[in-house]
Order: sequence, then C-alpha cells, then structure tokens
Amino acid sequence: MKSRVKALKNKANSIRKLIIKMLAEAKSGHPGGSLSSTEIVACLYFDVLRHDSKNPTWPQRDRFHLSKGHCCPVVYAALALSGYFPIKELMNLRKFGSLLQGHPDGRTPGIEVASGSLGQGLSVSLGMALAAKMDKEDWRVYCLMGDGENQEGNVWEAAMACAHFKLDNLCAIIDHNCFQIDGRTEEIMNLEPLANKWESFGWHVVQCDGHNIEEILLAFEEAKSIKLKPTVIIAHTVKGKGVSFMEHVADFHGRAPTEKERAVALSELEGIEKEERKLD
Amino acid sequence: MSQAQYTRDVYGNTLVELGSRDASVVVLDADLSGSTRTSFFRDKFPDRFVNFGVAEQNMMASAAGLASCGKIVFASTFAMFATARALDQVRNSICYNNFNVKIVATHGGITVGEDGASHQALEDINFFRAIPNMKIIVPCDGPETRSAVIAAYENPGPFYIRLGRAKVETIKNKAEFVLGKGYILEKGKDVAIVACGITVTEALGARVLLEKEGISATVANLHTIKPIDQDLIVDIATSHKGIIVCEEHQIIGGLFSAVSEVLARRCPTRVEPIGIKDRFGQSGTPQELLDFYGLTSHSIAEKAKKLVRQQS
Repeated sequence: MKSRVKALKNKANSIRKLIIKMLAEAKSGHPGGSLSSTEIVACLYFDVLRHDSKNPTWPQRDRFHLSKGHCCPVVYAALALSGYFPIKELMNLRKFGSLLQGHPDGRTPGIEVASGSLGQGLSVSLGMALAAKMDKEDWRVYCLMGDGENQEGNVWEAAMACAHFKLDNLCAIIDHNCFQIDGRTEEIMNLEPLANKWESFGWHVVQCDGHNIEEILLAFEEAKSIKLKPTVIIAHTVKGKGVSFMEHVADFHGRAPTEKERAVALSELEGIEKEERKLD
Repeated sequence: MSQAQYTRDVYGNTLVELGSRDASVVVLDADLSGSTRTSFFRDKFPDRFVNFGVAEQNMMASAAGLASCGKIVFASTFAMFATARALDQVRNSICYNNFNVKIVATHGGITVGEDGASHQALEDINFFRAIPNMKIIVPCDGPETRSAVIAAYENPGPFYIRLGRAKVETIKNKAEFVLGKGYILEKGKDVAIVACGITVTEALGARVLLEKEGISATVANLHTIKPIDQDLIVDIATSHKGIIVCEEHQIIGGLFSAVSEVLARRCPTRVEPIGIKDRFGQSGTPQELLDFYGLTSHSIAEKAKKLVRQQS
C-alpha cells in the first residue's frame, strides 16, 4: 500500500503542475475545481480504472465521465501522463483547432462523451451502466461531479433512477470543495445535508478526505464491494488545493493564473514535492 | 385514401421489427409507453426497454450514455417534452456527440386536441432544427412512418421523428421514401402546395377545390425537414407562380422557414404560410382546432387562390 500511495502522490503532484502550466498558457479556464479533484483523478487513472491508452476504445474498459466538464484540465493532464497524447499537447488547451477544447469533447482520445453543461453527466453515466448490465459486461462506470452541480434538477432525476435500476456498477464521486463560481455553496444554494440526500435517494454513501490517497483508494474499494446499489463517494476537498493563494478562493473557480502567479504556484508545488521526498 | 391508422401503432410495430433484427436496438420512454406504443417493444424485449418515469432530461442524457456504448437508442415521449423539456440534454449530450439516438415523439401539433395548449407541441421542429447533426422527419401517414423509422435506424446520428396523436388516412401514390428527398404527389402548373405530416392530406384536398375554380396546383410532400430538399424547392419555385407551405407547427422555425431560407438564397419566390401564427393552442376536437387555426384544405385553397390572383 505504501509504495502505491507514494506513486499516486507523485502523479498528483505532476498533474497539479501541469494544470497550472496549461491554464497559464491558455490564459483562461478553471483551476479551483481541477486542483481540488487532483488526487481523485490520479487514483482513478493510475490505479482504479481499467483502461489502455494505446487502445482508447477497448470495449472492456471502465468508463470515466467528467460531469463537471469545466475541470477538464485535471483529466487532460491525467490522459497525457497516461499516454493518450503527448504531454506537450497540453499547452494547446483552449486554442483554435486544438485537440483539447475548453470543455471535454469527443475529439480528444480518452474522452468518452462531451460535457460542460452541468447536471447531465450522471445521466450519461447511468446510460453507460445500463449498457454494461444489458450486455452482462463487468466493466464499471465512474462519474466525477462537482458539488455545486448538485443544484441541478437533472442530477436528482438521475440519482433516483440509478438507485431504481440498482446500478452497482456505477460509482459517482462528488468533489465537495464547498465553492461554486459565485461563492460558498452554503451561501449561494445550500447543499447540506448532502450525504443524507444521497442516502435517502437509495445510494450507498462513502465519505472521505479527497486529498488522502489511502482514504480515496479505500472508498473506491468499498464502492466495488457494494451490491444492488450505486455508490457515491463524497470527497471532502479544498478548492484550489496545493496553491496557497488559490485555496478556498472562489475567484479561482474560473480564472487562470497570471505569469507571476504561475511562477509562485509552481515553486510552491515543487516545495511540496521536496517535502514529500524528505519524508521518504 | 384508404384505411386510417395511428402512426404511433406503426411506430410500435416497426420497433418490434427492428428489435428482432438487431440486438443493439434499445428503447426508452418516460412514462408514456402506452401512448407512444413503445409498450409493443417492451412486451417483446423487456431487457432492452427502459422506463425513466416522468424524467425526460434524464432519459435523453442517458440515451447519450447508452449510445456511447454502441446501442441504437429510440427515445420516445410526447413532442412537447422530448424537445422543450430536454433541449439542453439533446443538444449537448446527444447532438454535440453525434450519437445514435432516434427521438420519436408522438402527440406533435395542434391535433393533440382536448389536452390543450400545454400539450400541443407547435415549436418542436423549431427547437431541433437549429441543432447541428440533427435530422428531422415529419411523416404523413402510416407507411411513411415505417419508412422514416427504418431510415433513422439505418442512418447514423441523431434523428427527430414527429408523429401525431390522431389516426391518419393512408395517402395513395406516394413516392418511395428517400431520406432528405421530397417528392411531387400531384403535378400542376399555377401554384405549388408544399406540405408535411397531416397537412399533406389537406393539401391534396385543396388541389381538388382549386381545380373546380380552374387553378392547377402541384402538391409536394417534404417529409424531411432537415436536411431539406433544396433542389426540389428550387425546381418547384421556378415552375410556379408561388408556393404555399403547410405545416401543423408555428410558422416560425418550421417547414415554412426552411423553404423560405432556401428560396431567399437560391430563387426568391412568393411564399405564403399555412400554420399556427405565433400563438398558443387550446382545447377542442382536432377538427375544430384545424378549422379555427386555418389548417384545412379550404384555407389552403383560399390562400392559393389569392396568391395566384396577385401574381397574375
């Protein structure tokens, strides 16, 4: 477990640095929710998901769908590090003609379904999970959602249906960073008690520290073991995690770092890496 | 004219036919399976039928998920809810991905009748026509419904097929159905009447009325609203004094708009609409409503006469 955790921590650090670099280069985009879900995405792409970057349409692959499409930088970084496309492609994020659109698009190798309009992703994932059940396939479906997204009515239509269809091959993850674009979720539109809502809709709920690799891996293992129910992992996270001046700051939901901020952010992230190396 | 039938019965039977032929056909409904006749498929293939309850947004986005895994998905509900209620899901999850989702909606148009304005989809074609990748068919009768459903099955990408609630007479002497190609049902020389769906029957009736007054009318069926048959429209425009476009839809955004857009660019021509004039419907029998909103052979003939007089 220890070396597994260490490897994933390293991946998370690499992803964070790439997020900062590509967003600074693009001069627009969404760092806050990308940084808050970095450990979750690292665990998925480098441990949990059954996938093959050399064969992105492998029929037996697990499906990952990013419902909170604005946080595509974290997924693009994970896809590049997995070998779906060259890492240098990340510097074309949001540029004209790029493989990497401002929100996920089917043209990108490894992206299953376009997203961006919030609230639809759990339904899309539900459709995938139904397809797997119809075909008696054992691949699983993972859907990463934002917490603000839980304000969309479509999410609850999907939540009701996933439980009704007993989709135990589907695992939703909520990046619960408590912020949305206009401010704190509790002020804009209160979500709590979020876990109780999902439980009452018939889901198995697991809560974890969304930056603790061990806890995340255990949550995914628990999700796999639950039968006849879908599982939602409510991952408690920090918006902008890893960059001091972005943490808990709503402004960085949708603002890219400036050149100066880029340099500070990268030196902070390198500092974290050094600290971690010392601990080994 | 021969026997009358529900186009939705034809839809249900065609689904069963396709389901027997192809195990990747999946059918979805949102609590209206009895009305839309997807229940025929459910009874035969329960494992490939999903009822989403009263949740059209969830149904449409889930349809995208199923299609992403190789399923050919037919999703049905009433036209009102398939389009307006789930528009964002259809645009972003289905059409943007160019997925194989065939939306076959019933209860389109004013002839929904007694249920009234909230259930009379009169803007549905407009909602979907502007979305890239979407193809739109409005069949005129039972056999054309079967052809349209099979065409949607055979051609990749999203489709919208709009059916009505009421029984319709089968129209004689139709040309073979070709996606994106309209055809001339009756050839005349003075004025052309272009129609789709139930208004094709009214257009044929108008031709008879006009004949009695010495006016010779062409009647064309433009079952595919998107992609529209541009060449046929231009051909008709160049050989007639003007065109009357008939549809059971708002005159904004439907067949009249599609025809006018072609003519404005390629062959400016006098075009007059028969349709709902920017207002909501109301309760009534289908016939009362067709009369009130001017969607009958009489109103078509009146408009055609006026056009011929003015253009002579």
